[in-house]
Amino acid sequence: MSRYIIKRVISAIITLFLVATLTFFLMYLVPGGPFLAEKAPSPQTMKALEEKYGLDQPVGVQYTNYMKRLLKGDLGTSLKMRGQEVNHIIKTRFPISAKLGLCAVILAVSVGLPIGSFAALKRGKFLDRLIMFFSTLGMAVPGFVVATVLMYFFGVKLRVLPTFGLTSPLHYILPVIALAFYPTAYISRLMRSSMLDIIGQDYMRTAKAKGVSQFKSLFKHALRNAILPVVTYLGPMLASILTGSFIVEKVFTIPGLGNQFIGSITDRDYPLIMGTTIFLAFLLITMNVLVDIAYKIIDPRIKME
Amino acid sequence: MMSNTLLDIKNLRLSFFTPAGEVKALNDVSISMQEGDVLGIVGESGSGKSVTAYSIMGLTAHPGKIIGGTIDFNGHRINEMSEKQMRKIRGKEVSMIFQDPMTSLNPVYTIGNQIREVIYLHTDLDKQQAYDRSVELLNLVGINDPEKRLKQYPHELSGGMRQRVMIAIALACEPKLLIADEPTTALDVTIQAQIIELMMELKRKINMSIIMITHDLGIVASMCTNIVVMYAGKVVEAGSIDEIFYNPKHEYTKGLLRSIPNIDSPSHERLIPIEGSPVDMLNPPVGCPFAPRCDKCMKICLKRMPEYTKISDTHKSACWMLQKEELERSKGVMK
Repeated sequence: MSRYIIKRVISAIITLFLVATLTFFLMYLVPGGPFLAEKAPSPQTMKALEEKYGLDQPVGVQYTNYMKRLLKGDLGTSLKMRGQEVNHIIKTRFPISAKLGLCAVILAVSVGLPIGSFAALKRGKFLDRLIMFFSTLGMAVPGFVVATVLMYFFGVKLRVLPTFGLTSPLHYILPVIALAFYPTAYISRLMRSSMLDIIGQDYMRTAKAKGVSQFKSLFKHALRNAILPVVTYLGPMLASILTGSFIVEKVFTIPGLGNQFIGSITDRDYPLIMGTTIFLAFLLITMNVLVDIAYKIIDPRIKME
Repeated sequence: MMSNTLLDIKNLRLSFFTPAGEVKALNDVSISMQEGDVLGIVGESGSGKSVTAYSIMGLTAHPGKIIGGTIDFNGHRINEMSEKQMRKIRGKEVSMIFQDPMTSLNPVYTIGNQIREVIYLHTDLDKQQAYDRSVELLNLVGINDPEKRLKQYPHELSGGMRQRVMIAIALACEPKLLIADEPTTALDVTIQAQIIELMMELKRKINMSIIMITHDLGIVASMCTNIVVMYAGKVVEAGSIDEIFYNPKHEYTKGLLRSIPNIDSPSHERLIPIEGSPVDMLNPPVGCPFAPRCDKCMKICLKRMPEYTKISDTHKSACWMLQKEELERSKGVMK
């Protein structure tokens, strides 16, 4: 186990290094710059700004400077939000997105797992088709449509739920549903197909022959085996949903990290692009390690090597 | 001493309702067995031998449905029992072991967990007693170091070991009847012999009856007291082991026996196969199902299914040849 962890940490460092390097150079290949606005500043101002932030130096030098600071854990200062440190931006914005994301994940899992399993049990029957219809819909309809439709009905028509900000628990309802829409649909489909596979396994027949009730054999014998594909999906899904969705945060005006991430790209806010990308990569790697560990716990056949 | 009837299946008819049509998997199957018997059900794939056994457990899953006949087992009318009542019998009065021990145990639970599960379900034993019983069971089925094995997962055990564990689970509540559905097919020959030996030894120890479903006549010869030969969802011949092996009456049984390799025959001698292929169960023939493959097929064989001819109290067979003989004999008596 300890050998496994050391191995994973080393590979994580290498991955992060590659992600940082690649993003850095790709970023510079994109035309435009952080100080270009509708009304372009004078050449003098531009030069002064570039000098101040070290953007006048050759790319190679900028890269080594950035990496040196990165090693110390310093992600630099934002170019657009003057004076704000990227570390600080992530520290304040991430919890907002994460809280919302976590609620959405919990909702997606607690709805997706049971309805997926249920559809598998009722395979081919009306309820199965109904569930599959809605889950196909859930996967096909884009997020901004879901978010807007929800907002329109509950916020504008019925006026029962607030439509922007996150000031009370009620404010969470719409964005959480919008965020959870796709993963719920996806999880229920995953669960259905893996449950169908497990129900046909020999050990399910053994359980029945032992006199185990259908309910218990599903819960004890099938669920733990059937959940593995869902766990696999959960890793990257968690990472992306915790860092926030640009669309949902934009529609519901939530000051989260997802909003900031896309904003940083259109603004060419180099340090913020770097910072958020590296942070996302870090989260993704962490989640994948957690998934692997969860796998080991669920299925004893998996070896940690 | 007259022994008690443990299992009595009468005129059982079971069909699978598939999108392609009704498949009559069992057609008027009658089988009875006494306490202490070891009954072998032999037949080729699709002959209905497994379906018969599963119906005793009440495990005729969708789309299979019993459409006629009765199953009486140990004082229960199985075909009229609810799922809930059946659950109390499964694993307690009748247990089952399966063909493939590699996939019959749940990979994510320990051996101990899976043995204790059946103990908790059917007895009032507490944790410690259940543990002791598990150790005892593993000892019984010849697994050494049981304390260690209980903590292991199925993938850490060999195929033979896993089948022993399956047997331990099946025997946990000392059932009246053990149904073994080709329990040795997936194992290699030496392990096969060990498992058969173990089953016979346990049969003596806890005084249970066994139904052995197989297509291996060697296994039947080595352990069974009675045999039922099935073909295309019908019992074509049934009798004691001596009757079937030394005085087979049905052409199919004779064909099966001819196809066994003999150790004394010269090595270049070919085995004698039964020509033709099994019946299409979606469109079964009107007459005797074996008629299209039978050497001695007569006109009537293709038109009508023969009745059973009673050869002895235990021996019966459904073949027109026998009916003809009987008719001639009775005519002879009349003259």
